[in-house]
Amino acid sequence: MSKHHISLTVNGDPTEFLCETEQTLLDVLRDELGLTGSKEGCGSGDCGACSVRVDGRLVCACLVLGAELNGAAVETIEGVAKAGVLHPLQQVFLNEAALQCGICTPGIIVAAKALLEENADPSEEEIRFWLAGNLCRCTGYDKIVRAVQKAAAVMRSA
Amino acid sequence: MLTFNNPTTVEEAVALLQKTDSRQRVLAGGTDLLVQLRSGRIQAQGVVDLKRIPELRTIRTENGGFRIGAAVSGAELGEHPALSTMWPGVIEGARLIGSTQIQGRASLGGNVCNASPAADGVPGLIAAGATCTIVGPGGRRVVAVDAIAVSPGKTSLAPGEFVVDFFLPAQAAKGGDAYLRFIPRTEMDIAVVGAAVNLLLDASGVCTHARVALGAVAPRALLVEAASHALVGTRVEAAALEALAAAARAACAPINDKRGTIEFRTQVAGVLAKRAAIIAYERARSRA
Ligand SMILES: Cc1cc2nc3c(=O)[nH]c(=O)nc-3n(C[C@H](O)[C@H](O)[C@H](O)COP(=O)(O)OP(=O)(O)OC[C@H]3O[C@@H](n4cnc5c(N)ncnc54)[C@H](O)[C@@H]3O)c2cc1C
Ligand code: FES
Ligand code: FES
Repeated sequence: MSKHHISLTVNGDPTEFLCETEQTLLDVLRDELGLTGSKEGCGSGDCGACSVRVDGRLVCACLVLGAELNGAAVETIEGVAKAGVLHPLQQVFLNEAALQCGICTPGIIVAAKALLEENADPSEEEIRFWLAGNLCRCTGYDKIVRAVQKAAAVMRSA
Repeated sequence: MLTFNNPTTVEEAVALLQKTDSRQRVLAGGTDLLVQLRSGRIQAQGVVDLKRIPELRTIRTENGGFRIGAAVSGAELGEHPALSTMWPGVIEGARLIGSTQIQGRASLGGNVCNASPAADGVPGLIAAGATCTIVGPGGRRVVAVDAIAVSPGKTSLAPGEFVVDFFLPAQAAKGGDAYLRFIPRTEMDIAVVGAAVNLLLDASGVCTHARVALGAVAPRALLVEAASHALVGTRVEAAALEALAAAARAACAPINDKRGTIEFRTQVAGVLAKRAAIIAYERARSRA
């Protein structure tokens, strides 16, 4: 059987790929398109390391089939920095050392960016609730939550 | 290699499922299906994605109630203010499913048809008296949501059938519903017990009708009639709540597992039924 031919945009760029039904969006990003920023922590929707947006909606790329995506707009961590300038979330995560091994970080940045577009001034509780599907085994979350709050403040004053 | 199809009409999907054998699986959000395919827990020869069928992706008002496409995501349900206002308990159940990321995909159709006894979306739908439209080679039929799941992982759907939509009737002027679950963490876990209550009050605040549904305490979600009877004719005061809890506990036939023992689940079922009834009662009373 022939592979599926999919046309979509990835971070705004028109893109095409061939995939088998079994390949997830995460497999396609990493193995077909060379976009390895999205990580596979679990492959079962539990860890959020593969968080991306499909048509604006935050999802786990490991639970989306590549074959579903004809005409979709996919956004990944690779599209967060614009023209070589880091997004405030990325800059604050670096400044505040809100990461250790960094495996969870791309997913957390993508997820937090989606939150801040919806809610410019989230409370600690709102941040923790929104990011409940993003596991981090290093930081203990406090620095992550504070970095998101600080980035939100930076973005509000911009 | 698995086949993949994404039909754009119900008729096309029915024809595809009929033409191919029963080893085709329909795909909604994939948050159960893709995990189960990957782990080898289920086998399939192909996947039929239902998400390009507009009928399965829309929420419409109808006869004062709501018709909800089976593949509408939890996030989309939560973004519908009128639906959340009329049926807060149904929406609480749907919104408890997974994380923000899971909410972006998880549907009620998938939640019901995955047939987990602990599915959070199901007790609220049963308590609300929701029905669903099923389509298949024999045409369309309408059944109550409690008639879908049979036992863990098994539904009453015939080969080639799938759920098109759910219908939530208009909530009564003095009606209210609520759903509560117990999990060991605060988020992201499987219900140890879930309890939904939907009740109607008369002008003097007496309960005239009630439906109580429990999740995770039997091989499928239960509509507990005796628990409903415990509320009707009362003002949901202490004695009625005790009778409700006793009836809820008597209906339990749970499993023992790492999340909870039989004794614990049975005890908690009574507690959650009471708490959900109090919330549903307050919601009904506070309606204009
Ligand atoms: C990390 C994580 C956390 C989760 N947390 C929860 C939770 O807290 N509570 C909870 O209840 N569930 C939870 N789940 C399970 C799952 O997300 C839900 O059951 C969800 O509602 C499934 O919907 P879906 O659209 O993704 O279904 P899919 O995975 O697409 O389908 C599930 C099953 O139903 C069938 N199906 C789907 N749509 C239809 C239809 N219209 N007609 C007939 N059959 C159909 C499919 O063939 C498949 O067998 C979780 C899952 C993950 C991965
Ligand atoms: S890799 Fe997708 S959620 Fe863990
Ligand atoms: S920094 Fe290591 S998992 Fe989060």
